[in-house]
Amino acid sequence: MFYKTSGQFKTSYKSDQALFPVKQDAWLLIAILALAYVVFPLTANEFTFKALLVPVLIYSLAAMGLNILTGFAGQLSLGTAGFMGVGAYACYKITTIFPEMNIVVALALSGFFSAAVGVAFGLPSLRIKGFYLAIATLASQFFLVWLFEKWAWLYNYNASGAIEVRTMDFFGLTVTGPTATPLTQYYFVLGIVTVVTIAMINITRGRYGRMWKAVRDMDIAAELVGINLMRAKLTAFAVSSYVVGIAGAMLVFFWKGAAEPNLFDIPMSFQILFIAIIGGLGSILGNFLGAILIVALPVLLNVLPDLVGIQVHSAAMEHVNVMIVGALIVFFLIVEPHGLARLWGLIREKLIIWPFPH
Amino acid sequence: MELLYNIFVDPFIQMYEAPDFLLQVLWEGLVSGVLYALIALGFVLIFKSSRIFNFAQGIMVVFAALTLVGLHENGVPAWLAVPITLGVMYVLAVGIERVVLRPLVGQPDIILFMATIGVTLFLIGFGEFIFGGENKVMITEALGIPTGALEFEPFGGFVLIEEKDLAAVIMAVLLVIALLAFLNRTSMGRAIRALGDDHQAALSVGISLSTIWVIVWFIAGVIALATGIVWGARAGVSFALEVIAYKALPVLMLGGLESVSGAIIGGLLIGLLEKLFEIYWGQPLLGGNTETWFAFILALFVLLFRPQGLFGERIIERV
Amino acid sequence: MNVLVNPTGAMNGAEKEREVLLDLENVSLSFGGVKAITNISFNVMKGEIRAIIGPNGAGKTSMLNVINGFYQPQEGVITFKGEKRSSMKPHLAVSQGIARTFQNVALFKGMSTLDNIMAGRAVHMKRNMFWQLLHYGPARDEEIEHRKRVEEIIDFLEIQHIRRTPVGKLPYGLQKRVELARALAMEPELLLLDEPMAGMNLEEKEDMSRFIVEVNEQLGTTIALIEHDMGVVMDLSDRVVVLDYGRKIADDVPEKVQQNQEVIDAYLGVSH
Repeated sequence: MFYKTSGQFKTSYKSDQALFPVKQDAWLLIAILALAYVVFPLTANEFTFKALLVPVLIYSLAAMGLNILTGFAGQLSLGTAGFMGVGAYACYKITTIFPEMNIVVALALSGFFSAAVGVAFGLPSLRIKGFYLAIATLASQFFLVWLFEKWAWLYNYNASGAIEVRTMDFFGLTVTGPTATPLTQYYFVLGIVTVVTIAMINITRGRYGRMWKAVRDMDIAAELVGINLMRAKLTAFAVSSYVVGIAGAMLVFFWKGAAEPNLFDIPMSFQILFIAIIGGLGSILGNFLGAILIVALPVLLNVLPDLVGIQVHSAAMEHVNVMIVGALIVFFLIVEPHGLARLWGLIREKLIIWPFPH
Repeated sequence: MELLYNIFVDPFIQMYEAPDFLLQVLWEGLVSGVLYALIALGFVLIFKSSRIFNFAQGIMVVFAALTLVGLHENGVPAWLAVPITLGVMYVLAVGIERVVLRPLVGQPDIILFMATIGVTLFLIGFGEFIFGGENKVMITEALGIPTGALEFEPFGGFVLIEEKDLAAVIMAVLLVIALLAFLNRTSMGRAIRALGDDHQAALSVGISLSTIWVIVWFIAGVIALATGIVWGARAGVSFALEVIAYKALPVLMLGGLESVSGAIIGGLLIGLLEKLFEIYWGQPLLGGNTETWFAFILALFVLLFRPQGLFGERIIERV
Repeated sequence: MNVLVNPTGAMNGAEKEREVLLDLENVSLSFGGVKAITNISFNVMKGEIRAIIGPNGAGKTSMLNVINGFYQPQEGVITFKGEKRSSMKPHLAVSQGIARTFQNVALFKGMSTLDNIMAGRAVHMKRNMFWQLLHYGPARDEEIEHRKRVEEIIDFLEIQHIRRTPVGKLPYGLQKRVELARALAMEPELLLLDEPMAGMNLEEKEDMSRFIVEVNEQLGTTIALIEHDMGVVMDLSDRVVVLDYGRKIADDVPEKVQQNQEVIDAYLGVSH
């Protein structure tokens, strides 16, 4: 009833290929954007910003980057966190060497470093396929983390071996460092995530998106319809690592404030992979749904016992947390292997034909 | 120039001048290699019979070791704790088959792979919840594993071989022989190999998938327990052991996901080479700790030149 | 259907030029010790429908794979459009004007019919990464321009109703048709069809035969096809080459091939 699409006719290919050919989808998006840009900032407290909103946005972005590579181009990667680290360290070095540089420019530039490293580690994908490639991506994961530890120049020879973000301004507003307010950081992150998301939606519905999906579905056939496999795979690695890289830089600059090399170790890679898979491979929307679930779940599990009035040992709670996340992953894979985005697609279809069952 | 000297000449001079130390290094590498090979074998068995890339293999090692030690800590004697742990591994195999694999039959590989990562997390949480997250000591003596050390003096030098390492190697060799006998001599073993060759064909001649899966996962569990005991005796029992599971992955790249002999040879090769590299190149030139990535980079380079791995056959692509 | 632009210049079936489009000379291909193709020579004339037939395992598909560069022959010379070529990457075959369909349908299962056919236009689309990220402007114009061409092919092959359906859900016969659509989207001069009618019922075969003839006559596309249905082969093709155990045993017009004793032996089997 509310989602009735009949009567919305398309008279040109332009309108048929519009982002939201169905009116209700556009309204829904406006509602979500209003929520993100107006309602949350007015109502959220510092804890919500730091523990929920900002992490969800940054993880969504990282998962989106991974999804380009794994969901769209079909190249399974287990080394996401390493590339996030490259972005973070690149941004850190850029802002040290050029202290006057605008932070947005520095972020955009650091993405190119992670893209370059991504392409270098993507080269084996031209020869290696499937799980062998997945293991090969672990090579980048372990090597990069080792490099972050051993190459003292990267962290400016700090005694702690960690990188710490200094206070930086963006046109007079403090956006990084301890004095930045969560609200400005939230808006800053939200702005960047919005821009990158639009760019990713655009690229995946165009020529490159089709090229990647063709390689994912059947690489030999893709080659025989004239798609240059090398080009398709390497662009996927480049775009993916670029997005992942700036997500990593944002993780350190606008959320954690400091980072040690082991932040970018394998658990982070898996967390991003979970988000992408539970959200839905080959979907942009899914990354946000997955991130909401994976970020909110532990927070919820921590708060829940208090709400019901049970006293639980916090260490035990943490273990139970890990257990539940693991079980939920299996559960979601069984219920809907194509992720939350597909689930939403099914619900939407039902709404369109409602009240009829078929 | 000096760098070139340090890379290409100096390490070999050192090896020549201190052959006893070289032997020591090789022995250490061999022992690690045996363990990598064991874990890789667990992977290979499961992949062969079900096309599942079982990421949980490493965690099963820790989980088995933790269960064993945990039981002993709670007063169960060692001779009883081992069979109970085996029982737990069997229950685990059945549970995984029922709860995880059966509902996911026919899903794409990546989904099953993700499910095993889910299992990994579950086992970590479960293990820590029950037995606590702190580091434990393997009950080496209670299991009757010798803890002394043998000293040799070859080339007028000095080599120390710990008896538990020797026991580990012997145990691994026996386990591998038993496994090969099982795969080659029993009807169940033949069924497992048949599944590895052609799933559909195996099903059509009446091989039961779920029975085989339970058995294969249980064997993987047995291997995990053996690995857990010997590795735990060397490094203590905690979820940090998980990192050795990652080492089995480059072994699989080198040896192939489906090759039993590939896993064994690949494991030994990687164990030896990464130790040599760490001692003679990594520590003096790169600041050490190269063991985290060396095996992966090595496997990567080999695969660049031989995409089918060291032991695979040349792949002819068809359309 | 004259809205479809003819890449080779208009020409109708009756007055085919006797110009060699593709020429293979003494081509041999082997895998390790196994000889797939032994010393085969034949040519394809511009504008004709050329059939390649032979019993199973005769090397027909390997032949197509050699023509579009998926396999590199160990020996022999291949001349396409008057140019000799040595080793070639398969994706370049398309930009040179060779497209193909596959024996076992090789569509992109996760994509819709429309996207599959659009993927066939990959070589013709040029807008770079920058414009793609921006989408609005030149990238969208290009997209719409190509969408129009794709819609013409969809009309031509009568698959409008499955435009948005993921191809994995389509019945086999329609999948084969989508595959033909994708090949046509590449605007080839030479179209290689690997068993376009395998597994079809009579009605579907008739449809597919009609499309093949229309493609050949209206678009002027040269076609080389592998097919097991002899009725179809004899009706459609201008000339037939027959392979057996990787060797050429006959090469003639359909009527002559039908009477060739060696061909009859190959199909029926003789005691040697």
